[in-house]
Amino acid sequence: MVGTKCKTCGKVFFPPRSVCPHCRRNGKIVEYKCSGKGEVLTFSVIHSASDQYAAMKPYVLAIVELEEGTRMTTQIICEPEEVYIGMPVKSVFRVLDREGTEGIIHYGTKFVPNLA
Amino acid sequence: MVGIITYGAYIPRYRIKVEEIARVWGGNAAEITGGLGVIEKAVPDYDEDTATFAVEATRSALCRRIVDPKEIKAIYVGSESHPYAVKPTSVTVGEAIGATPVMTAADYEFACKAGTAGIQTAMGLVGAGMMNYAIAIGADTAQGAPGDALEYTAAAGGAAYVIGNDDPIAVISHTCSFSTDTPDFWRREGADYPRHGGRFSGEPGYFKHVIGAAKMMLADMGTKPSDYDYAVFHQPNAKFPQKAAARLGFSQDQIKTGLLVSRLGNTYSGAVPLGLAAVLDVAKPGDKIFITSYGSGSGSDAFDITVTDAIHDKIDRSRGPTVDAMLADAKYLDYAVYARHKGKIKT
Ligand SMILES: [Zn+2]
Repeated sequence: MVGTKCKTCGKVFFPPRSVCPHCRRNGKIVEYKCSGKGEVLTFSVIHSASDQYAAMKPYVLAIVELEEGTRMTTQIICEPEEVYIGMPVKSVFRVLDREGTEGIIHYGTKFVPNLA
Repeated sequence: MVGIITYGAYIPRYRIKVEEIARVWGGNAAEITGGLGVIEKAVPDYDEDTATFAVEATRSALCRRIVDPKEIKAIYVGSESHPYAVKPTSVTVGEAIGATPVMTAADYEFACKAGTAGIQTAMGLVGAGMMNYAIAIGADTAQGAPGDALEYTAAAGGAAYVIGNDDPIAVISHTCSFSTDTPDFWRREGADYPRHGGRFSGEPGYFKHVIGAAKMMLADMGTKPSDYDYAVFHQPNAKFPQKAAARLGFSQDQIKTGLLVSRLGNTYSGAVPLGLAAVLDVAKPGDKIFITSYGSGSGSDAFDITVTDAIHDKIDRSRGPTVDAMLADAKYLDYAVYARHKGKIKT
């Protein structure tokens, strides 16, 4: 997982940002490799979903806080009854979205339980 | 010496039992399981495909040993289930590991041996001094038409190999191949599922090529089967590799560590790379490994591999999941959910 870090204030951004919202012009943005590890801050279970996600429902959508402190909204790949607040998770590479059967396939980061 | 710098494997978590597939199609579960020697197979999640397997396997390899991604100058992904007909999987991997843009990349296809063909290409580039590291990946989410014999075994997974010169964990001393034009299994452009020549295609296909390449390797190296600690053969079912091993003079003991098909199914281009990964998970310095892949159409690639001290000193195998651990972490599906996973039923 590659994000960015502001060298001025130390904040880490994922998805990567090219401008630090705190330091603005004084921020110095560099590439930063995140550990990909974090925990679930809060979550909800999605029962009704649009066509392309219908096969996956119910699925878990959560806000994850990474070890580096940055937060992101993401899918947790697990059964709805498995997830809990504070659950340790780690990033995985998955399909985020397929544009029908003929369009682009978008790949990116999701999370799975990291209980081992 | 050219060899394996590090390696990683990926097997999805879901499984379906052969008896569950047989139940739906009215097949005799005991007969089918007994005939194939396959009990269950790995199934991808909705949001997994060959590209995600390839990325996860490669990241696992890079967790086990630090390799500067900027020094990786080539990536080859062998598969017969690339997510796109036109648009390379290999650049998706390159981007995900930070190796782009100063690299070459291509996707390979040769039925089930596309992954080992990638290893040969990587060996050539590294051996010629054109680059320090090249990556070869074999991964598939194999397709079998509903109700077809292939559906009982067509599985999902893959493994990645970083090939290089400095301190390899295993030296690849030699590789050789045996290839002919043999129509035993094929899929035409635009067709969803492959077709095959049926049960009599084993002899002119699998056995002729596997035995051909393996004998060539033994002759080239001046070795005999008992010189090796492990042997891995392509495994479309459990019967074929056991029979090929017996005919060549390898024992069942030599092949058991790398024979994953009973619990994994046939992962096509992923099969031999995953079998080798299972061996590397437990191998000790000095162990000798004999490899022969097979791709329908047809061809076999053989490799003579010797594990070095670097497997203890230069790599932390515990930083990536072992094949055995991933096989043990299984969640079982019934046929209805499995069919949705595979997109056999459009929802
Ligand atoms: Zn800042």
